[in-house]
Amino acid sequence: MSTHEHPDYLGHHFETPQQQYDSSKLGMWLFLATEILLFAGLFCAYSVYRSNHPEIFVYAHQYLDKTLGGINTLVLICSSLTMAWAVRSAQTNQRRGLILLLSMTLLFGCCFLGIKYVEYEQKWKHGLLWGKRFHPHTEETRSHEKTAPSAVPPAIASQPAPVAPPPPTGEDRSLIEAAPRGPAGLAAGAIEERKPGHEGSRPSNVQIFFGIYFLMTGLHGLHVIGGMSVIGWLLVRSVKGHFTSEYFTPVDLGGLYWHLVDLIWIYLFPLLYLIG
Amino acid sequence: MASGDMAASGAGVEDNYLTHSHGFKSWFFTLDHKRIGLMYLVSILTAFFLGGVFALLVRTELLTPGKTIMDAETYNRMFTLHGAAMIFLFIIPGIPAALGNFVLPIMLGAKDVAFPRLNLFSYHLYVAGAIFALASIAMGGVDTGWTFYTPYSTTTNSHVIAMTLGAFILGFSSIFTGLNFIVTIHKLRPAGMTWFKMPLFLWALYGTAIIQVLATPVLGITLLLLIVERALGVGIFDPALGGDPVLYQHFFWFYSHPAVYIMILPGMGIISELVSVFSRKHIFGYKFIAYSSIAIAVLGFLVWGHHMFTSGQSAMMNMIFSALTFSVAIPSAIKVFNWLATMYKGAIHLDTPMLYALSFIFLFGIGGLTGLFLGALAVDVHLHDTYFIVAHFHYTMMGGTVIAFLGGLHYWWPKMFGRMYNETLGRIACLIIFVGFNTTFFTQFIMGSHGMPRRYYNYVPQFTPYHRLSTWGSYLMAVGFFLMAGYLLHSLFRGRKAPVNPWGSATLEWQTSSPPPHDNFPEAPAVGDPYDFSNLEYDPSLPGYRRRGGPKA
Amino acid sequence: MTETSSTPHGLSIHIMGVPVLLAVWALLVVGTVVTVVAAGIDFGAFNLWLAMAIATVKASLVALYFMHLRYDRPFNAIVLVGSLLFVMLFIGLALTDTAQYQPEMIPGYSPGMKE
Repeated sequence: MSTHEHPDYLGHHFETPQQQYDSSKLGMWLFLATEILLFAGLFCAYSVYRSNHPEIFVYAHQYLDKTLGGINTLVLICSSLTMAWAVRSAQTNQRRGLILLLSMTLLFGCCFLGIKYVEYEQKWKHGLLWGKRFHPHTEETRSHEKTAPSAVPPAIASQPAPVAPPPPTGEDRSLIEAAPRGPAGLAAGAIEERKPGHEGSRPSNVQIFFGIYFLMTGLHGLHVIGGMSVIGWLLVRSVKGHFTSEYFTPVDLGGLYWHLVDLIWIYLFPLLYLIG
Repeated sequence: MASGDMAASGAGVEDNYLTHSHGFKSWFFTLDHKRIGLMYLVSILTAFFLGGVFALLVRTELLTPGKTIMDAETYNRMFTLHGAAMIFLFIIPGIPAALGNFVLPIMLGAKDVAFPRLNLFSYHLYVAGAIFALASIAMGGVDTGWTFYTPYSTTTNSHVIAMTLGAFILGFSSIFTGLNFIVTIHKLRPAGMTWFKMPLFLWALYGTAIIQVLATPVLGITLLLLIVERALGVGIFDPALGGDPVLYQHFFWFYSHPAVYIMILPGMGIISELVSVFSRKHIFGYKFIAYSSIAIAVLGFLVWGHHMFTSGQSAMMNMIFSALTFSVAIPSAIKVFNWLATMYKGAIHLDTPMLYALSFIFLFGIGGLTGLFLGALAVDVHLHDTYFIVAHFHYTMMGGTVIAFLGGLHYWWPKMFGRMYNETLGRIACLIIFVGFNTTFFTQFIMGSHGMPRRYYNYVPQFTPYHRLSTWGSYLMAVGFFLMAGYLLHSLFRGRKAPVNPWGSATLEWQTSSPPPHDNFPEAPAVGDPYDFSNLEYDPSLPGYRRRGGPKA
Repeated sequence: MTETSSTPHGLSIHIMGVPVLLAVWALLVVGTVVTVVAAGIDFGAFNLWLAMAIATVKASLVALYFMHLRYDRPFNAIVLVGSLLFVMLFIGLALTDTAQYQPEMIPGYSPGMKE
C-alpha cells in the first residue's frame, strides 16, 4: 500500500514511522492516565481521612523518617535525570551513553528500594503497621525518638484505657455527647482514651494513617519494581544494539513510565512525611 | 470457501481471515483483530450462557415462596454469580471487545487496531480473569452481590478474593481495549476519514473507550483495597478499625456508574447504524448523536452518588447527584429523538436487525424513563432495593445493551462468517425474546412498586402471581435464545453464502468481501458519507446491494 | 538548547539538550529542599497548600521537560490534564460528601467516631 520503504520495526498496519511513533506515545500517555486514576483512589482515601481527622495525620506523620524520605526523593529525581538523558542518548545514537545511563537509573531504583526497605523494617519493628496489625511497642518507639523527637508520648503503648467519654474539645466536629461504648458487635476494644489538649497524646485510629502510608508507598513501590523491570529489559536490548535514532520508542515509553513513578513520589513525599 | 460471491470485487478471491491460517495457535496467538474479536465473541457468549443459566435457576427458585429448588445460602450465591458473570464477563466486554474489535478497524478503513499485540494481551487477560471468576464459582461462589459492599464482603467466608481478583484482571483487559480504540481512532484514520465522516458506532466506541480508560483504574484500586482489606486487615473500609464503609461505595460507584455507560453507549452506537440502514435514509442529526455520545461519557462520571441515596450519603450530595442524574437524560433523549426522526418517512425494512433496533428503542425508552423515577430523591427512598430497581436496570442493560448486541450480531453476522441466517426464524426469535423479556421484567416493576425487596429468597404470598409470571417469562426468553443459537449455528454450515453488502449499508466494512480478507481491504476503500445510500442499488442476482453502475455479478 | 531532528524515514522528533536537563534537575533538587524547609515552618492550614504548590511546580517541570510534554503533540497534554481533572472530580465529590456527613455520625456508634 505504502510508497515508502517499510523498515522492519514498522508494524504492517502503519504507513509511516511517524504514525507508529505518535500512536505509541499516545497509547503510553493514555496508559499513564490510567495509572494516575489508579493512584487517585489512594489519594482520595488520604484526602477524606486527612480532612476529617487531621489530628491523626498531625500525630502520626512524625513517626516517618523525614531524612530517609528526603534522600529517597533526591534519589528518584536523579534517576529521572539519568532516564531523560538516556532517552536523549538513544535519540542521538550514543549507545554507550544509553547503556551507562540506563544502568545508573536502575542503580538509583535499587537505592530507592533499599532505603524503602530500611524504613519498612523500622515500622515493622515498632509495630507501626496498618489496621489490625497496629501494635506500637514502647522500647523500640523510644529508640526511634532520635528521628522523631517530639513524637513519642510515654502513653504510646498504653493499652486501651477504661472507656469513658472524653470531654469535648474545641476541635470537635460533633456536638453530640459521646456514648459510653459502641453497640454490641463492634469492637469495643478499639475505643481508647484520648487526652484532649495534651500535645502529642495519641488520637484514636492512628492505624488509619499507617494503613494509608503502607498502601500508598507499597503501590508506589510495586510501580518502582515494575519500572525497574522495564529498564532492565531496555538495558538488555540496548546492549544488543536494538535502538537507534530511527527506532528508540521503547526507551522513550519506558522513560515516560519511570517519570510518572517519580511524579507520584513528588506528591507522596510531602503528603506523608512533611505536612501534618 | 465462503467468498465465491465476491469474486466480482477481484483480488484475494479464496483467501479470507477465517481460512488465512489453521490450527489452535493460529487463533489463540493471532494478532488479527477480526480473529481476536471472534474469540471474544465465543467467550462472551459462553459467559452469557452461564449467566443465563444462573438467572433461570434464580427465577425457578422464586416460582414459589420459600424453598423451591435451593436453600437461601445457595440462592445468595446464585444471584451474585448471575450478576458478576453477566456484568464482568459478558456486558462490559460484549459490544466493544467482541463486535467492536471485529468492526472498528474495518469501519475506519484501517488494517488493524493500533496495538495488535496489546489487543491479544487484552484477550488473554480476559481469559485469565474468567478463570479466576470460574475458580471462585468452583470453590463455592460468592454471596455478596456483584457490588461486593463492605463490611460484609470483608467478613463473609465465601470466595471473595478469587472473584475480585478476577474482576480486577478483567478490568485491565477492558482498559487495554479502550486504550487501543482511542489510539486507533486518533491515529489510524486513512486519508479522507475525518472525524465527522466516521460512522456513529465509532463515535460511541470512542466515548466508551474514554470511560474504560478513566473509570476502570478506579475499580482496580477499589478491588485491590478490598483484597488487602480481606487478606491483611488494612481497615480503610472497616468501621471497627476506624474506616468508612460509605467511602467504599464512593470508590465502587465512581467506576460502576460510568460502567453502565460502557455497557449502553456502544449499544446506542449500533442502533444509530441500524436505524439509518434499515430506514434507507440518512441519519438525522449526525453531529448531535456524535456529541451526545461524548456528553453521556462525561456526564456519566458525575452521577455515581445516585446509588447511595439511602446509604448514609449526606443530604447535600444527595441533592447534587439527583440533579446531575436528570441531566444524563438529555443526551440520551437526543439520541432517541434523532432515531425516530431518521425513521420518519423512511423506507423501513423490517429485517431481523431492525426488529432488534425497534425493540431497543421501546425497551430503552421504558428503562430510561423509569431511571428518572429513581433519580428523584423522595421516590428513590421508596423504590430503593426493590424489584423496581431490578426491572429498571434489566430494561436498560438487557432491553438496551443485550438487545442492541443481538441486533449488531445479526447485522454483522454475514460479514463475520460469510453466511446468511434464516431470516424468518430470526424474526420469530426476536419476537419471542421481546415478549418473554417484557413478561419477565414488566411484572417486576409492579412488584417493586408494591414493595417486593430485591435479593430476597422468600416473599409474602401476595407476590406469588407476579413471580410466577416473571419466571414463565424468563423461560419464554430462554426458548427464544435457544432458537437463535440453533439457526445461527445452522447458518455456519448450511447458510446461504453472504454477499458483500446484504443490507445496503454505506459504511466501509460492507465494501470488502464477506468474510473480509486478512488485511481487511484488497485495495484502499473509498471513504464517503457513511449514511449516503443514494448510489447503492439492489441486485437480485447477488442477492444484495452494489454500487450503482458497479460491476454486475 | 534543545534540538529537533528529522530522520531519513521522516520521523520528526524532539531531543532535549543536556543543559536543559541539568537545569531542570537542579530546580527539582532546589524544590525538594524548599519543601522540606517550608514544612519546618508553621503556616497553619497554609502548609498543605504550600507543599502542594511546590510539588505541582516540580511535577510540571518533570512533565514538561523530562517527559517532553512541552514539545509533544498537544493531545498528549490534554490526556494528562484531563486525567487530573477526573482525579479532582473524584476526590472533590467524595470529600464534599464525607465532610458533610461525618459530623452527623452518632459518636459511639462506630468506634471510629467517638468524640
